[in-house]
Amino acid sequence: MTDLHSAAMVGVMALVTAFLRFLPFGLFRGRKIPKFITYLSTVLPFAIMGMLVVYCLRHISFASMPFGIPELAACALVVAVHIRKRNTLLSIISGTVFYMVLVQMVF
Amino acid sequence: MKKLIKKAFLSTLPVMAGYLVLGIGFGILLTSGGYSPLWAVAMSVLIYAGSMQYLAVDLLTGGASLITAALTTLMVNARHLFYGISMIETYKDTLPYKPYLIFALTDETYSLNCGGAPSDVPDRPKYYFLVSLFNHCYWVLGSTLGAVVGSVIPFHTEGIDFALTALFVTVFVEQWISTGDHIPALIGVLCSVICLVIFGEGSFLIPAMVLITAALALYGKRKGGTGND
Repeated sequence: MTDLHSAAMVGVMALVTAFLRFLPFGLFRGRKIPKFITYLSTVLPFAIMGMLVVYCLRHISFASMPFGIPELAACALVVAVHIRKRNTLLSIISGTVFYMVLVQMVF
Repeated sequence: MKKLIKKAFLSTLPVMAGYLVLGIGFGILLTSGGYSPLWAVAMSVLIYAGSMQYLAVDLLTGGASLITAALTTLMVNARHLFYGISMIETYKDTLPYKPYLIFALTDETYSLNCGGAPSDVPDRPKYYFLVSLFNHCYWVLGSTLGAVVGSVIPFHTEGIDFALTALFVTVFVEQWISTGDHIPALIGVLCSVICLVIFGEGSFLIPAMVLITAALALYGKRKGGTGND
């Protein structure tokens, strides 16, 4: 593959990504934002975060070892620690360290 | 100003862990495909989208066409439309930072900024800007490190990318505690799981987004008056 084609490809991927990010803002620029969009912007963050959690766990297979046990156990730990301490950094570090121990030493 | 920088920096620490690791992984992958570190830097500065850049390595080394590259990017990054829609209110009146805030709106930056800035932050636009910029720097730094010295990392990092999953779970729990209305969160999880089962891990995001939007519209209507107009 030539450098020129590679550069064009990087350019295309950068432009399309930026296009997707700017589109919603561009569409409603200087116009009154429809009620439905305002409503969506209040409830979407909750739904999106649920979607992102599922997205992160999408590779899990319940049909074969280790049946998603490391992921689910580490997520459960994050939830438990966070409910108790409400400290974002602590929740993330404990969950990640626990997960690393599980995948490196146990499974 | 110093306090603001510190505050923004501290909130981005979880992303730092994840981005450095994923960035290093990307750098290693790209250079092993025969591209110089300069390419890794350019892509991380200009594209700045994690999973897309991993895919881009395949596209580049496989000699895909520009059309294929464009369509793949559209599909993989369509979820950014969603972030934009939900950030229209939050990112209102954030000039002169607004264009950069929108350009740098990744999953992780979204998860940090979607709840708004902390209430004791005087200059919200600048806070959003710093969070976005710090994250962007971690990503570029990680990619560069991976491309330059990736193969000689001394310790076992397997599993450290779980930091990003943990970040999303934490934000999810934090949001759950902060509101009495758990239906939108449940809609997000359920619709995604349903679509994951039906469409498989490679292509469930777009149907999931459609289903989530439809379910939220229905829910808004039932709650009264906030649905379609």
